[in-house]
Amino acid sequence: MDEPKELEKFDDKIEQEIRIEPKDWMPDDYRKMLIRQISQHAHSEIVGMLPEANWITRAPSLRRKATLLAKVQDEAGHGLYLYCAAETLNISREEMVDQLLSSRAKYSSIFNYPTLSWADMGTIGWLVDGAAIMNQVPLCRASYGPYARAMTRICKEESFHQRQGYEILLTLCRGSKEQKAMAQDSLNRWWWPSLMMFGPNDDASPHTAQSMKWKIKRFSNDELRQKFVDVCKEQADILGITIPDPNLKWNEERGHYDFGEINWDEFWNVIKGNGPCNKERLQARIEAHENGAWVREAALAHAEKKKVLVNY
Amino acid sequence: MNNEPLWEVFIRSKQGLDHKHVGSLHAADAQTAIENARDVYTRRMEGVSIWVVESKYIHATNPDESESLFDPANDKVYRHPTFYDLPDELKYM
Repeated sequence: MDEPKELEKFDDKIEQEIRIEPKDWMPDDYRKMLIRQISQHAHSEIVGMLPEANWITRAPSLRRKATLLAKVQDEAGHGLYLYCAAETLNISREEMVDQLLSSRAKYSSIFNYPTLSWADMGTIGWLVDGAAIMNQVPLCRASYGPYARAMTRICKEESFHQRQGYEILLTLCRGSKEQKAMAQDSLNRWWWPSLMMFGPNDDASPHTAQSMKWKIKRFSNDELRQKFVDVCKEQADILGITIPDPNLKWNEERGHYDFGEINWDEFWNVIKGNGPCNKERLQARIEAHENGAWVREAALAHAEKKKVLVNY
Repeated sequence: MNNEPLWEVFIRSKQGLDHKHVGSLHAADAQTAIENARDVYTRRMEGVSIWVVESKYIHATNPDESESLFDPANDKVYRHPTFYDLPDELKYM
């Protein structure tokens, strides 16, 4: 079939909410946009393990340690689901890993901030996973089948991530004065970077319109960010800690909370690689990849050897 | 991971149900693929049995041929029980 006719069929499927599957014809730009978004998301899951791994050995109880281990293991799994979804678009795993390790691919800028106290494990669960869930739930309806299916699985598993984080903060906030101060300090450091997770404002987000036309994204960055602020305010009140934004107040007319301006210079600076932990995170990934090389080689050699034995 | 082949993973969620495709993963051999599938796809009691098949052994229909393959079934409504006109008083059929 010729291309205009294929394109018409493709647009028609999108219009009718029929999922696109790997072998179906799709526009090159649709394929590229998905590869970029899914691989970035996969990298974020993998790099996202690092700030939390930092606290596994220092979790304050066996219960917290088991929970944190399970959460980090889930993140590895989520990275794998997403890499596999991206691979159905004809990019190899090696190529994606290479893009990450050579800084050609991005990952969520939130993971370039350090985890300085135990309270940060609570705040990451509450805000970072909370923002991720806000972003991800609509992606379960994304027009590309393998991506939507991976997201459905991820969302199902991720709700415990947010709840366990909130529970950590609740425990601290009901504890001693020092513990509550630790929770407040953590919120102070993570609030703005969490809002940045939704990406640039709509008028500065070049891909949003096309992505929404193709029904990959269903809501704009600013819509999701507003929804997030609205739910977090009430959740912070239950904890009894204060969101560090003097401009945060209820707007009766809009039916939403107004909030202050995000420091976009900081956002772009971290994206460009100059955040507090960019170098450390990437170095950790490179080392893990290099140190694991012999395992991959040994596994392949072993498989090869067994094949020879069977054929013999 | 260079050249670790791709495997498709199928899981039986409980006794009595079919194995269902859940996703894919890379592994050097079948044994490793099963072990990885256990960690990646059944962390929450999602399954009681796992199949793995190297992806290259899966043969599939081509979406371009969907019409000729699957459309003819559409005009054979007489394959469905509701096609047949029977009196209302007829019971147990």
